[in-house]
Amino acid sequence: MGIFKTLFGRHKQGSGATAKDRLRFVLQHDRIHLPPERMEEMKREILAVIVKYLVVDQDRVEIDLEQRDRRQSKLVAEIPFSGQQPAHSASDARLPALSADSADKT
Amino acid sequence: MESEEKSRDARVITVSSGKGGVGKTTATANLGISLASLGKRVVVIDADIGLRNLDVIMGLENRIVYDLVDVVEGRSKLRQAMIKHKKFDDLFLIPAAQTRDKMAVSPEDMVQMTEELREDFDYILIDSPAGIERGFRNALEPADEVLIVTNPEVSAVRDADRIVGLIEAAEKGPGKLIINRLKTDLVRKGEMLSSDDVYDILGLSIIGIIPEDELVLSASNSGIPVTLNMNSQAGMAFGNVARRIMGEDVPFMNLDGNPGILRRFLRLFDGR
Repeated sequence: MGIFKTLFGRHKQGSGATAKDRLRFVLQHDRIHLPPERMEEMKREILAVIVKYLVVDQDRVEIDLEQRDRRQSKLVAEIPFSGQQPAHSASDARLPALSADSADKT
Repeated sequence: MESEEKSRDARVITVSSGKGGVGKTTATANLGISLASLGKRVVVIDADIGLRNLDVIMGLENRIVYDLVDVVEGRSKLRQAMIKHKKFDDLFLIPAAQTRDKMAVSPEDMVQMTEELREDFDYILIDSPAGIERGFRNALEPADEVLIVTNPEVSAVRDADRIVGLIEAAEKGPGKLIINRLKTDLVRKGEMLSSDDVYDILGLSIIGIIPEDELVLSASNSGIPVTLNMNSQAGMAFGNVARRIMGEDVPFMNLDGNPGILRRFLRLFDGR
């Protein structure tokens, strides 16, 4: 979204507005110590998990970082899908991952 | 009044920025002068070991005998290293060492030094070096509060944001912002970030907006800080910051106005 806004958002308002948009984008990533390239990697990994379970419409996927201030950030995802993956491929992936995860957290 | 002078309890204010060249030293010098001219007892400390400049900005470079590192290493008493300003008897400078590096001083040294000074001053201003390493840590550790100087430019605002994160992590935050070198004509044309833009992005309260002013260069050329120049809009803006530091509710200048007239006009009201 940051890049999109930078390129198309307030094009006619002069370079001051461009500076503001670019700063917002850069600071979103600076503040969470997650540079844009790592963020893309994370999105790919998230999607890789989801497509094991659902038939995702990859062209319409949007995963964005939203930030109200320095302390509050959230990931907002819109991941349209058309149905379930066949049952056998889902159960293959699910069981080992779940047990490893819950053991780590507690 | 006289009993007040006995035991002061200085506020330690660190002036930082992250990025170099945004006007930290100029701001420190001018705030020191302004606070002193408003009757406060002030010491300014140059924490930029190895790249000292506060002395030249204040016109005191030829009076240095001892420096900060001499004090830390015991060659000089704190009082011996304090240089009295030519014009204000209650304004002092502790210069940085020029031939040493930041590691010659520790954050604890700075705390010890400011603790010793507190009871004799109203304000202790520390000019932080650029960067986020040891020199910045030295300047941050003794601070009661932090002023962050930035310019309305992408790189300076980004670095200011980084500094704010570190200040908050050190529980010294959030800090207050001085936007320096604002070019009002460019803002009007939409070709520069406005003070509102910077506020939106950083979410910090703004304690000063200093307009771009050629007189700042003349002032540093001559070693007479610009706030002593009655005709300077930037000088007046620094004076306003000093008064806000003292708790006065000073409205922000109308930066579209004519500098000379505006300044004289405001002086009619506040009687200074």
